[in-house]
Amino acid sequence: MTKNKSDRGGAPKTSAPTDISRRRLLKGAAGAAGAVAGAGLIKGFPTIWAQEIKDIELRHVGVSYSVVKAIGDQASKDLGFKVSMQNLDTSAAINRFITQPNTVDIADVEGWQAKLATKRGVLQGIEVKKIKEFDNILPIFTKGEINGHKIPRQGISPYEAMYIAKPDATDLHEGVTGWMTFLPQVYNADSIGYRPDLVGHAVTEWKELIDPKFKGKAAILDVPAIGIMDAALCFESAGLIKYGNKGNMTKSEIDFTINKLIELKKQGHFRATWTTFDQSVQLMAAGEVEIQSMWSPAVAAVRVKGLPCVYAPVNIKNGKEGYRGWCNGMGLMKHLSGKKLGAAYDYINWYLSGWQGAFVARYGYYSPVPSTAKKLLTQAEWEYWYEGKPASADIPDPYGVPMEKAGAVRDGGSFIERVTNISCWNTLMDEAAYMNKRWNDFKVA
Amino acid sequence: MTRRGNLAGWLYVSPLVLVLVPFFVLPILVVLAASFMETDGFGGIIPTVTLANYAGVLTSKLTLDLYLATIKFTILTWAFSGIIGFWVAYFLVFHIRNPLIAIGLFLVCTVPFWTSNIIRMISWIPLLGKEGLVNSTLIGAGVVDQPLEFLLFSDFAVVVAYVHQLTIFMIVPIFNALARIDKRIVEAALDAGASRFDVLRLIVLPMAKNGIALGSIFVVSIVMGDFFVVKVMSGGGSASVVGAFYEDISVLQYPPAAASAIVLTLVLTLVVALILRSVDIRREITR
Repeated sequence: MTKNKSDRGGAPKTSAPTDISRRRLLKGAAGAAGAVAGAGLIKGFPTIWAQEIKDIELRHVGVSYSVVKAIGDQASKDLGFKVSMQNLDTSAAINRFITQPNTVDIADVEGWQAKLATKRGVLQGIEVKKIKEFDNILPIFTKGEINGHKIPRQGISPYEAMYIAKPDATDLHEGVTGWMTFLPQVYNADSIGYRPDLVGHAVTEWKELIDPKFKGKAAILDVPAIGIMDAALCFESAGLIKYGNKGNMTKSEIDFTINKLIELKKQGHFRATWTTFDQSVQLMAAGEVEIQSMWSPAVAAVRVKGLPCVYAPVNIKNGKEGYRGWCNGMGLMKHLSGKKLGAAYDYINWYLSGWQGAFVARYGYYSPVPSTAKKLLTQAEWEYWYEGKPASADIPDPYGVPMEKAGAVRDGGSFIERVTNISCWNTLMDEAAYMNKRWNDFKVA
Repeated sequence: MTRRGNLAGWLYVSPLVLVLVPFFVLPILVVLAASFMETDGFGGIIPTVTLANYAGVLTSKLTLDLYLATIKFTILTWAFSGIIGFWVAYFLVFHIRNPLIAIGLFLVCTVPFWTSNIIRMISWIPLLGKEGLVNSTLIGAGVVDQPLEFLLFSDFAVVVAYVHQLTIFMIVPIFNALARIDKRIVEAALDAGASRFDVLRLIVLPMAKNGIALGSIFVVSIVMGDFFVVKVMSGGGSASVVGAFYEDISVLQYPPAAASAIVLTLVLTLVVALILRSVDIRREITR
C-alpha cells in the first residue's frame, strides 16, 4: 500500500560536490586530530562543517534495549548534530517503519525485520565501502562463521539478512556484496534465568523449564515469534520432537508445539507469561517464578536487587539445546539523501567506533566490532564480559554503579563460547500468520 | 421543514460532523476496505476483493473462544461496577442531606482517577502477588499457610482491575439520574406506607434505569475494546478479542486484523443498540 515512488531518488545533483568535499574535510580532520581520533571518537570538526550540520536531526527508532538514550546523547556530543532516540516495542517499531517510513531516519531492525523492510522497499542499501570498520566486523555477521565454526541458519541469522545485490534491491542476496540491508550494532544469546537458591541445582538444559517440579513456578516469553522458539528448544531438549528448522516450522510442527504448550498451561505449569524486560525482572524478583526464559541484562537486574539469579549456560549437546541468538542493526531509510545521508553514515560509523560497544558490554550485550569496544573497557571489564574470566576488580554497570564484586564470573563463559553455542536466531516464520493464530489458542486456552 | 430550518439544522450538527467524519467515519472506512483485501505476507496489501478474511474470522473456533473470554470479563465487570456504582450513587444522593457535601464526596470519588489507568492497574500487582501484601497478611495471621495464587495473574485479578478502573463510569450517570428524582415523590411513597425496599424497587430503580444504561454502555464498550488489562493482570494467561488482532498487526497481517476489528465493531454496535432499546436516551439528555 505504501509503495515508495522515489526508487531512483538519490541525492540531488547540486549537493553531491558538497558531500565529497565534506568527506575530504572529514578525512583531513581525522588526520589532523590524530590523537583524538585514535581513541576511536570523531571530534573537533572544522567550523564550517559544524555550521552546516548543526541543524541536522537524526531520528533513531527502535526497541528500548537497543536504542538507548545515553548512546544518542553521546553521539550528539561527539558528532555535532542532534540524534534523538525513540523507543517502541518490536511490533510497533516494524509497523512504523513500514507504514510511516518518512518519520524515521535510522531504523533499528533485527535480521528478520531487515528482510521485511527490504522487501517493502523502505530501506536504502548501505554502501560497504563507506563503513570504516567494516573489515573489523566479526565474520559472524559478514561471512556467517567464526573461528571456522559455521553460524547456524535456523531462523534468520544476521549474515543471511545482511546483503543485497544492488542498493535498491528488494530481495536478500546470498553471499557477500558491496551493499548491506542493515549494519549490526548489538546482539546477544538468550537462554533461561533461574533462582539457584530455589531450584537447587545447576540448569544447563532447556527441558528444565517444562519439568513438572516447577509447576506453577515457571514463565515463558509471550512474543509469539520468539516465544515459540523458546518452547521448541524445551520440547526438543526433552526429546519430544525433532524440528527440521525451529526458526521456520511447518504447520504440523507448529501444531505439535502449541498443543504441548496448551497441555502444560492446563496443568497449571506456567505462573505467567511476560512480554517486556521489566515484567520478567518483576516476576523473578517478586518470587512469582523460579525459572523462566530470560534475557541476560534482566538476570543482572534481578541480582542488583540482591536476589541470587543465574543465567543458564545452555551449550549445544547432542544436537540439542543452544542459545537463541538475536541481533539488532541500523538500517538507513530510503528518504535520506544529501547532507542528512552523510550525517547518517557518520552516525553509523560512530556506532562501531567503540563508545557504544563498551556501553552495551557493561550490561552483557556484545558489539560486532569488539576490537574498538576493548579500547574503552578496563582490563577487568574486558576479561569479565568478553573472556569469561573472574573479575579482577569490581564491575560497574553502564552508568557506573557497581554491579558485580571482584572474583565474580559471568554465566555462560567467554564470548566465543556463547556465540558458538547459538543454535537458532530470532525470526519471522513463513507460517507466521498461522503460528500467531495458534499462539492465540494457547493464550485463550 | 423549511429550507431555512434545514440549513440551521445542518449548522447545528456541523461541529459534530467535523469531528466524526475525519476521526471516525474515514478511519473506519479504511479499515473496512482493508478487511476485504489480501496480504502479501510482508506487510503489503493486495487490493482485491475477497471474503477470505471474514471466512477465516467467522469459522474459527479461536474467535468463539476469544469472544467467550471477552464476554465473561465484560459481564463480570459490568455486574460488579454496576452494583458498586449504584450503591455509591444512592448513598450520595439519599443519605447525604447536605447537597454541598454530596457534591464534595462525589468529587472525592474521582480523585483516584487523576492518576493514569495503567498506574492504577499495576499498583494491584505488589498487593496481590505471591509475596504481596494480601498474601503476607493472610499468612501472617495464620488464615492460610500457602500463598493464594488465584489473586494475581488470574481472571480474578483482571476483574478487580477493570472494576477499579471503570466503576466511576457507573457512578457518574447513576448519580446524575438519582439526583433528578424529586425527593417529594419518595416522601409521598413513605407517607403512603411504602417500605424503604418498595421505594427502591418501585421508584428509585426505574428512575435510575437511564443512568444505569448509560454507565453500561461505557463499561461494556471499554472492556470489549481493551486488551492491555487482560494481558497484564492475567499474566498473559488469558486473551481477548482485541489482543488477538493486535498480535496479527505485530506480524503485519493487516487485512485479517481489519476483518476482526469490523466484526467487533458490529458486535458492539448490536450490544449498545440492545441497551438503548431499554431506555429513551433522548429523553434522558434533553430533560
